[in-house]
Amino acid sequence: MTWALIFLPLLAAGMAMGIRSDRLRRALLVATAAIHFALTAVCWIRPPACAPDAWLGFDAAGRLFLGIASLLFWAVAVYAAHRLGAESRGRQAEEDTGSIFVNAPEAVHTACLLVFLATMTLVAASRHLGVLWVAVEATTLATAPLIYFHRQPRSLEATWKYLLVCSVGIALALLGNFLLVVASAAPDGTGGTLVVRELVARGASLRAPWLKAAFVFLLVGYGTKMGLAPMHTWLPDAHSEAPSPVSALLSGALLNCAFLGILRAHSICGAAGLGGFSGSLLAGFGLLSMGIAAAFLVNQADYKRLLAYSSVEHMGLLSLGAGLGGVALYGALLHAVNHSLVKAALFMVAGNLLAAYRTKQAARTRGALRLLPVSGALWLAGLLAITGTPPFGTFASEFTMLRAAFAPGREWMAVAALLALAVAFAGMARTFLGMALGPVPDGFEPAGRRERPAACGPALALLAASLWLGLWIPNGLNDLLGHAARLLGGGAP
Amino acid sequence: MQNGTGSLLIFLILTDLLLLGSSRLRNAIRIGAAQGVALGLLPWLAHGQLTGSALLLGAGSAALKGVVFPALLHRALREIHVRREIEPLIGYIPSLLIGTGVLAAAFAFGARLPLPWESPSPLLVPAGLFTLWTGVFLIMARRKAITQVLGYIVLENGIFALGMVVVEAMPLLVELGVLLDVFVAVFVMGILVFHINREFDHIDSDQLTALKEGAP
Repeated sequence: MTWALIFLPLLAAGMAMGIRSDRLRRALLVATAAIHFALTAVCWIRPPACAPDAWLGFDAAGRLFLGIASLLFWAVAVYAAHRLGAESRGRQAEEDTGSIFVNAPEAVHTACLLVFLATMTLVAASRHLGVLWVAVEATTLATAPLIYFHRQPRSLEATWKYLLVCSVGIALALLGNFLLVVASAAPDGTGGTLVVRELVARGASLRAPWLKAAFVFLLVGYGTKMGLAPMHTWLPDAHSEAPSPVSALLSGALLNCAFLGILRAHSICGAAGLGGFSGSLLAGFGLLSMGIAAAFLVNQADYKRLLAYSSVEHMGLLSLGAGLGGVALYGALLHAVNHSLVKAALFMVAGNLLAAYRTKQAARTRGALRLLPVSGALWLAGLLAITGTPPFGTFASEFTMLRAAFAPGREWMAVAALLALAVAFAGMARTFLGMALGPVPDGFEPAGRRERPAACGPALALLAASLWLGLWIPNGLNDLLGHAARLLGGGAP
Repeated sequence: MQNGTGSLLIFLILTDLLLLGSSRLRNAIRIGAAQGVALGLLPWLAHGQLTGSALLLGAGSAALKGVVFPALLHRALREIHVRREIEPLIGYIPSLLIGTGVLAAAFAFGARLPLPWESPSPLLVPAGLFTLWTGVFLIMARRKAITQVLGYIVLENGIFALGMVVVEAMPLLVELGVLLDVFVAVFVMGILVFHINREFDHIDSDQLTALKEGAP
């Protein structure tokens, strides 16, 4: 089962390279995504057995993150197939910068998307930190060509920055792995391990100073990939320059993969009695990310960069929740699900706006509700969802985390987080409302513009799922979240 | 074998210093290649015996870093007709001075580090750390994208050397996975260098500054 989930997309990627017909290749993309999701659903209902010391296999946390990645990929695949069909073949002009560009070959793009799915599956399945490292680095390599789909200088710049910053960051995580081996080895240097389960079982017998050093390196390394400030510099560029379906996947699925790596390291620290140390580091990076992101969210002119900084903010919130521990970790996992659903939906709607207005400048995007009634409405609903307004699921998860933060001695963290959330709300609401309301700019035809189901359907479905999670969390998901939170050293309500 | 390991690690430190002071791209690539080949011997020398995994790992790493990467970089250099100087943001003499300071710090740190067991050589940790730092420094303080790729390879060399402390515990499969990732990373970077050259007519990555906060 595990192997099928990993190799299915790889096989499809190989086929995508060989298929000449664009329509057939897009159908393959959507079909592979659907089959992958079906297999994931089977995995959820009937978890496959796996040996305790196996390197690959889905524990509760792995199943949760696999579920997010697979569902999101399916939704994005439907949307991407539509967008690829709508993009023109030849030279296009970027109106913001005036540059002329062509697209990368679609076969390569589709293959990279599918390889990306395979590597994310491998991240979720890794129970060995060495394999996890290989998988996370592989996600970087699979996504770099995706960002450079529109062959123009700005996206090239973003790709270069992404590749270099993330590769160097991830190299530090490899050093963290080595330190972890030293922490776990016997005095004669043998018997070191990287199997997560075994490291957790050894607990207090790990060497504390080496474990601390290992956690710092793993946090900085995977934190670069997750977009925690101050290592987030690649993130706004990559998210704004990548085509919208890719931005949706980067923000919704890729950042979570890195978060899983950090959570695994955190759980080992917790088992060794160093949970306080790793937790305070996580909380510190989380609050810093929220603060920096909130500052950049206000008066942000480019609406895709706005969404990217919002991702930095939410990753900070996840890190804070994980650092607080206990029920807050449950809240963080629930928030990871909610944020992925909402942010992917928003990036897809942003793609619709970008296709209609041909600009990423919020100031030149006016009257979306009139020009694109469905996308405009989804944009406003997405604003409510991403800022944690009830009844959306984000409210429930943020509430769970913040309630846990209001414990004696750390109220200031809750207050700081609330302040950052309030600033972010104000900054985003102003931009979003300005874009949705008002008259349509000259030169655009408001009437008679029909929006395609494939353009709005996936975003609508993901937002509806987030709304549903705000009203009622299904028992199966609740159990899984509880299991995953306990497995990672937290608690469930 | 202690002597062999020691000489190898001194060679590693010397090549780092050469890289910091080298002004020709072609030479820098050759020095990087020599470093890669030397590192391929390290799994064997450091552990005194020629096990199958040490041989495979060493040979794979030497072939990749000593032959494939230099060939890739040389090809890139030929195709894109750039000026052959490295064009540093921080000059060669200051680079070497900073490097000497960092080397001293690496030795001080390596002497204090209470490794739980005997490391293959007392030079291993300082040499690994210094190589790692050299890689990061080349990425930050040199202007051309191609030098940054070289810096990434050197950074990876340093981590490879440090990994020798724990080589028995890292499964071969994972090590090979790491090598594969590094290979693909350098390959993708190489392709991007071509594109940067075509789009901008140069490969100076410090000119890639359109995406700053507040840029129009």
